[in-house]
Amino acid sequence: MREAPDAIAFKGLGQIFKTDSGSVEALRDVNFAVKRHEFVAVLGPSGCGKSTLLRCIAGLLAPTSGSVDVFGLPVTEPRDDIGIVFQKPTLLPWANVEDNVVFPIKHKTGKVNHEHRASAREMLKMVGLEGFEKRMPAELSGGMQQRVGIARALLLNPDILLMDEPFSALDALTREEMGFELLRIWQASPKTVLFITHSINEAVLLADRVLVMTGRPGSVLCDLQVPIERPRSIETTSSKVMHDFSGQLRSLLLKRAA
Amino acid sequence: MTSLDSFAASFSSARPKMRALMARLPAGRLRLVLLPALTFLAILVVWELATRVFHIPSYVLPAPSRIAGGFDSIPFGRWVEHVWATLRVALMGYAISIAIALPIAIGLTKSETLSACLYPLLVVIQSTPVVAIAPIIIVVLGAEDAPRVVITCLIAFFPLVVSTTTGLMATPPELVELSRSLRAPIHREFTQIRIPYAIPYIFSALKISITLSVIGAVVAEFVAAEKGIGYYIQFSTSLFKLPEAWAGLGILMVMSLGLFQLVALTQKIFFPWSLPK
Ligand SMILES: Nc1ncnc2c1ncn2[C@@H]1O[C@H](COP(=O)(O)OP(=O)(O)O)[C@@H](O)[C@H]1O
Ligand SMILES: [Mg+2]
Repeated sequence: MREAPDAIAFKGLGQIFKTDSGSVEALRDVNFAVKRHEFVAVLGPSGCGKSTLLRCIAGLLAPTSGSVDVFGLPVTEPRDDIGIVFQKPTLLPWANVEDNVVFPIKHKTGKVNHEHRASAREMLKMVGLEGFEKRMPAELSGGMQQRVGIARALLLNPDILLMDEPFSALDALTREEMGFELLRIWQASPKTVLFITHSINEAVLLADRVLVMTGRPGSVLCDLQVPIERPRSIETTSSKVMHDFSGQLRSLLLKRAA
Repeated sequence: MTSLDSFAASFSSARPKMRALMARLPAGRLRLVLLPALTFLAILVVWELATRVFHIPSYVLPAPSRIAGGFDSIPFGRWVEHVWATLRVALMGYAISIAIALPIAIGLTKSETLSACLYPLLVVIQSTPVVAIAPIIIVVLGAEDAPRVVITCLIAFFPLVVSTTTGLMATPPELVELSRSLRAPIHREFTQIRIPYAIPYIFSALKISITLSVIGAVVAEFVAAEKGIGYYIQFSTSLFKLPEAWAGLGILMVMSLGLFQLVALTQKIFFPWSLPK
């Protein structure tokens, strides 16, 4: 029997953007793989091509060289089994919370039925927003809006969740709270997660593995297993092993910057 | 202390008094209606007194009471006919402008080629003085409503195109990516994302264009018409009946204001989320 394919596999991926003012090499020879149900965080300076990486997986952007495979097949167009959470929640301001969560189905098929609405409510319950179904986005805090964004991405029960700095627009406290929420959700319904972040602590707390990227053109500088047991909790954040590992990552990032 | 300083000082000492006065007025919506109404009334009173005290001839500035008399110069039924003639052209021009502007805006958003072809043309149309081509249009299209509607469109549609295009482009790129990642049909990107996102922009253009439509209809009547408020104003001035002309102007203002409020109300009722907080 063959081994199950990796959820995501980058094979010598490169991306060069042609613009009016010349070309920008955003990514060069990116190679790494993410196993099914693995939680991988990507750390890197801004502009190093992290969002570009996600777009390639999502099938929104065709790589200029190399390829990305998802479950063993090269990505040529967007797939149904991938959910995306953006940096900003980008909800529809004219639709209530529930309508925002069912939006992907409505947008894809043109209609929604009772079952879809029921599963939207289920998702909202999972992200801790029970009772907020009929609220409008403007009535919610930034953290709650991002929870809606997560529920929306989870609605189609994707195997892969791509998260592009999902908590970076939130205040520090809400951000930490959302991190634990995400861990809880991930444990309740295991998924392959590729999580982009600027925060070393966030990466270490959440991920199984942390990839550190080089500056532009971006490629993988190092790929480290996080040596911290699960389940992780508030205590983990103050543990020595977390402190040491974060320190190691910090010096890697700073050395690269120097 | 300079006189400017003392002026500022007297002003700032007057401020608390003003605020106390304001506080005694009814709060909220009523104040919003009451204050402008009182201001308007005050202007009318000053206007009336000024024309009497300074004996201003009515062809220079008729008193409000004379203007009110101007409304009696023709029977009510004739007023209705004039109002309807102008209103009909303005509304038809407005509706056609919207029907033209929306597809053009979608085209400009979606295709760079189309945008490159059309945009210069739109700018040329916009920079042509409509008043100057109005007589030509009337000659070409005859004396019925058609030329007047075309003139109205020429004035009203440009802000609609520009503002709608801006709105369609202002959609967060994440939502457009979400749409693409779902492989949704392209028309839904517009009906479910871009157009609703453009609603605030569309309505600000709709508000500008409705008043421009009235202007367009009046300009067309100035050139050639035998009915309409614009026609009536021109006819009255040609006979030096200035109070009557002012009465016509008053009706036009009420018409413009009413239509504007109607558009604003539509937005408030159907798209309350699109209003600034
Ligand atoms: N569509 C595009 N056209 C041209 N350049 C782009 C485009 N998308 C991204 N880039 C460039 O590629 C680089 C990487 O961008 P991005 O992936 O957004 O970085 P990150 O998410 O790590 O901050 C940046 O320099 C950016 O300017
Ligand atoms: Mg980014």
